[in-house]
Amino acid sequence: MIDVLYFAWVRERIGVPREQVSTDAATVAELVEELRAREERYALAFSDLKALRVAVDQDLTDFDAPLKGAREVAFFPPMTGG
Amino acid sequence: MRIIVQEQPFDLGAEANAFAASRTDMGAVVTFTGVVRDDPSRPLRQMTIEHYPGMTERALEKIATEARARWSLGDVLVIHRFGPMRPGELIMMVATAARHRKDAFEAAEYLMDYLKSRAPFWKKELAADGESWVAAKDEDEDALTRW
Repeated sequence: MIDVLYFAWVRERIGVPREQVSTDAATVAELVEELRAREERYALAFSDLKALRVAVDQDLTDFDAPLKGAREVAFFPPMTGG
Repeated sequence: MRIIVQEQPFDLGAEANAFAASRTDMGAVVTFTGVVRDDPSRPLRQMTIEHYPGMTERALEKIATEARARWSLGDVLVIHRFGPMRPGELIMMVATAARHRKDAFEAAEYLMDYLKSRAPFWKKELAADGESWVAAKDEDEDALTRW
């Protein structure tokens, strides 16, 4: 099981801030494919990966990143702090 | 080094004064303050900032630690708010202290450039015509290449 978190418009499109996902995905990209296949709202949220950023265990990374040993994956749009 | 992520407002004057007074061997203190900006052509009712608790503090600490490695700094302060805010309210501040101003100025700019596109904050604006997420600007990402 892995905790999957969503922020900003990704959270709004998917409809929950976080959920536990049972997955054997080896990479973030594989997890995204599994989520996309679930329901339309996931397919919509993940329709353009260039518009998304990902963090694994609270460190920014890319979609090729391995998930082995990861506890938490978060998806969100580019950040707008400051 | 202090990194503070909080919902409540902060007192810019009190924070800046305390920061400047905490060391006597620093000749330069630079502060930057981010303010909720209104737009006369589309009056803003509220801005709400969402963040990623845990990762936010971690990302800010990483950026501040990198700044301290690159410049000769006596101290760094970052305060960033989340939650709903009105136009004119203070969103965040950074302060840097150094023996000389060049380090303090450059480090403050570096902190802001990285904070804008590497710390997990997202702004949502509420205006008369509805709500919208603020889109990240390419120029903010491009700003990182100069470092």
